[in-house]
Amino acid sequence: MTGEMQRFHPLQRLLHWVMAVCVLAMFFIGVGMVSTVMPKFLPLMATHKSLGIAILVLVIVRIAVRLRYGAPALPADLPPVIRLGAELSHYALYALLIAMPLLGWAMQSAADYPVVIFDGFRLPPIVPQSDTLHTLFWDAHYYLAFCFFALVLLHIAAALFHGLVRHDGVFEAMAPVPTHPRTAPAE
Amino acid sequence: MSDTHRPTPVGSLALIAVIIGGGAAAFAYTAGWFSPQRLTPMKMVAAFAPPGGPALGHRRNHAKGICFTGTFEANGAGTEISKAVVFEKGEYPVVGRFNLGTQDPNVDDATVRVRGIGVQITTPDGQVWRSAMIDPPFFPVSTPQAFYDLLKASKDKAADAMKNFIAANPEFSHFASWAGSAPWTASYAEEPYNSLNSFVMTNKAGEPKTVRWGIVPEAQVIPVSQDDLKKLGPNFLEADIAKRVAAAPQRWKLVVIVANPGDPTADPSKEWPADRRKIDVGTLTVTKIEPEADGPCREINFDPTVLPAGITTSDDPFPAARSAAYMKSYDLRTAESKYYPRTPTGEKQ
Repeated sequence: MTGEMQRFHPLQRLLHWVMAVCVLAMFFIGVGMVSTVMPKFLPLMATHKSLGIAILVLVIVRIAVRLRYGAPALPADLPPVIRLGAELSHYALYALLIAMPLLGWAMQSAADYPVVIFDGFRLPPIVPQSDTLHTLFWDAHYYLAFCFFALVLLHIAAALFHGLVRHDGVFEAMAPVPTHPRTAPAE
Repeated sequence: MSDTHRPTPVGSLALIAVIIGGGAAAFAYTAGWFSPQRLTPMKMVAAFAPPGGPALGHRRNHAKGICFTGTFEANGAGTEISKAVVFEKGEYPVVGRFNLGTQDPNVDDATVRVRGIGVQITTPDGQVWRSAMIDPPFFPVSTPQAFYDLLKASKDKAADAMKNFIAANPEFSHFASWAGSAPWTASYAEEPYNSLNSFVMTNKAGEPKTVRWGIVPEAQVIPVSQDDLKKLGPNFLEADIAKRVAAAPQRWKLVVIVANPGDPTADPSKEWPADRRKIDVGTLTVTKIEPEADGPCREINFDPTVLPAGITTSDDPFPAARSAAYMKSYDLRTAESKYYPRTPTGEKQ
């Protein structure tokens, strides 16, 4: 990590906000599609699959970019417990960004459903048909989705807390456009 | 924090709480947690269950069935209306399932009015076409909501439940008269099976045509009274098809029916006039029968929206509803597979 770095690299910020929109859309599409039998079920399902694979690709790019550019240091005055929470929650976010698309793809494969994304691009199955695997991956995809959404809410709450209450530059580090200049460290 | 011109933390914290609470509420709303009236796949599937509960490990509807394998031999005529590879002259492998429209996998065959077939055709490029067809010439009701209402009404003990349902859904009486008067047969091989739902086929020139399709049996149709069928034993359909196929392959013509402008494409309870253009696109041949418990059709969800490029859904609302409900049925039954052993002794899995 570069000690000088105050904000994330523009490419990192772009990836973060594009993925933020995609991931939020996925939660609403996912929970909406499984609760309807209306005609919108089909386009929602198709979009959910396409967007899920897009997120899988984006998170791989994002991790590569992160390894290349690093991240700004957290404020020195951040309490150790909050610091630990910040680090663990980010590992969990990355893990879920990778795991959820793979679980979705695997559960579709285990059910022997053709996985067709972007209106005609067919992906190969990643596991063989299996009732046991289908149930396992389905349960994981379903329950982790709620954990993921809760974690994203926590992430948003923490970002807003940094931006609105602590004013410590953490929010500004990932803000899509420069907000007000980062205040000099007070002490 | 040296800055003194900031909003109070209380106001900021309240704003954060509103944003997070609003996000969670929007999610709950989208999930239907505030909309008990919403027809969910779970409600639809649960509505099929008989009073004693569903047969665990089995399909929630069309629960009794037997697997087959065979081929679809395309004659090339279908390429005129669809670019789907499956219509190009050639022979493609088929996995399918003959079945009965019942929630009871052990039902007496003679008691079930609706017979069906699930078909999966795979082309060498890996594309898959799944279709689940039934033998009535039209569907009992016009909309998925009406179908749900039918399931509820038919299980409702109130004396006027069905009467009220038919008053609200008059198209049902058309189906009831078919069910009461159409001849029965003693064989799956003597039945025609119809998609009932409409789909859109698009050819290489990009021209879309709304179609339905059906398969027409080559076997001679011999009407048998329901009373005579009752004398044949509870599983006569499975015994018959196994015996026939062992003796000789059984065949059906696959016929695509093209809608005229103005035909009721969104309502499967309405037949199209008999003079609509029909294209004979090939022959389905059934060459082998296997029990479902460890047969090749068991794991297949015959979701009618699994379509190759060149066929898409239309304005008919049923395929989406069927896809959602079939998927839920699949999720449930695969999670229960221990209740439906793959071998008679249940040793495997």
